[in-house]
Amino acid sequence: MKTIHVSTTINGDPAEFICTPDETLLDVLRNRLGLTGAKEGCGTGDCGACSVTVNGRLVCSCLVLGAEAQDADISTIEGMADGDTLHPLQRAFIEHAALQCGICTPGILVAAKALLEKNPDPTDEELRYWLAGNLCRCTGYDKIIRAVQAAAAEMRGA
Amino acid sequence: MQYVAAKTADEAVALLVGQSGMARVLAGGTDLLVQLKSGMVEPDLVVDIKRIPGMKDITAEAGGFRIGAAVSGAELGEHAGVCAMWPGVVEGFNLIGSTQVQGRATMAGNLCNASPAGDAVPSLVAADATARVHGPNGARDVAILGIPAGPGRTTLAKGEIITSIFLPARPARASDAYLRFIPRTEMDIAVASAGVSLVLAADGTVESARVALGAVAPTVLLAEEAAKAITGTRLEEDALARMAAACAAICKPIDDKRGTVEFRTKTAGVLAKRAARIAYDRAGAKK
Repeated sequence: MKTIHVSTTINGDPAEFICTPDETLLDVLRNRLGLTGAKEGCGTGDCGACSVTVNGRLVCSCLVLGAEAQDADISTIEGMADGDTLHPLQRAFIEHAALQCGICTPGILVAAKALLEKNPDPTDEELRYWLAGNLCRCTGYDKIIRAVQAAAAEMRGA
Repeated sequence: MQYVAAKTADEAVALLVGQSGMARVLAGGTDLLVQLKSGMVEPDLVVDIKRIPGMKDITAEAGGFRIGAAVSGAELGEHAGVCAMWPGVVEGFNLIGSTQVQGRATMAGNLCNASPAGDAVPSLVAADATARVHGPNGARDVAILGIPAGPGRTTLAKGEIITSIFLPARPARASDAYLRFIPRTEMDIAVASAGVSLVLAADGTVESARVALGAVAPTVLLAEEAAKAITGTRLEEDALARMAAACAAICKPIDDKRGTVEFRTKTAGVLAKRAARIAYDRAGAKK
């Protein structure tokens, strides 16, 4: 299969990669660029573990071809902390123990950040609907919701 | 597999026409990538249409709106003008999948995927929307009802692509609504669904109506007798009962673990009644 050369921006830095035409953005991030924060849960857009933003839109990177990333602006979980300083959402997840196995966590953090940028003060219901495409099989979601609300409150105050 | 991001509609058409093997059009990819992953399709060529000018645009046209074929659910849901004029179209489309899926999924893609249960489709039929089809012989406009041919099949010929969907203008006292039944609250496929579009007269009676049913036949159904049953009424109980009966009369659903024939048939009528009430209230509320 003929490979494709792609120039893009990932977490604010220019990036280039070679991929096959049928390779997903998720596989490119994990296998070619070493950005293994995004996880493959289902590979069919149901679980949200591979969530990233492309041009500011929350998407499942397993449902995007690597080739589509040409000239795009991609943000992954690796770009969330500022150096050693965790994002308020990341800190809140630790403080509220909003994770157990952690597979869903990067996707949920990326998705929650996208919501708070759009709606800094969501109701629990809005938050639960927004995160309906992020499956967690450990926590029962309650601590996740509490952690996001705590981070949202902190970010509103900041 | 070859991937090409077409720069014009003509280039996309030429690529599709020139491919002797299997070719697929890529817009949001929320169906196509799942099919690729499962090995359900193994295309020789994938043509990405998102880089064609206009594909991501929502433009006011003739009092209505033209929605580019690559406009996502998230983008449509943020467009105040479309949300105000065609709330039922937006709510149907926005029911599909998760937030992540909405970031990519398109109405034209939902239409071309041709699932009988596609949530974007009944409201578009009720809206009397048209698809602009670009092909080897130029462009033509096709009523939405004329696109699906059966589960997974469309009437589009080789080389034809949908470039936009047009939602027509409407009078002030008009609105629409869409409802579906699923056994949970989110992230599921319709067991039965209904889209209703109403125009009200000054005295509050229904001047004209269009009713469309999803997931109860191989393709979306336009329920013309159901629309007649409520035309000239204020949606009194007896009119709504006649409408539900007219809906049930045309349902030809499958029987599966998600819903029996009897359940889907009854539910389609119930949802049409409820959607009609919502559309009526929305139309009246506009004044």
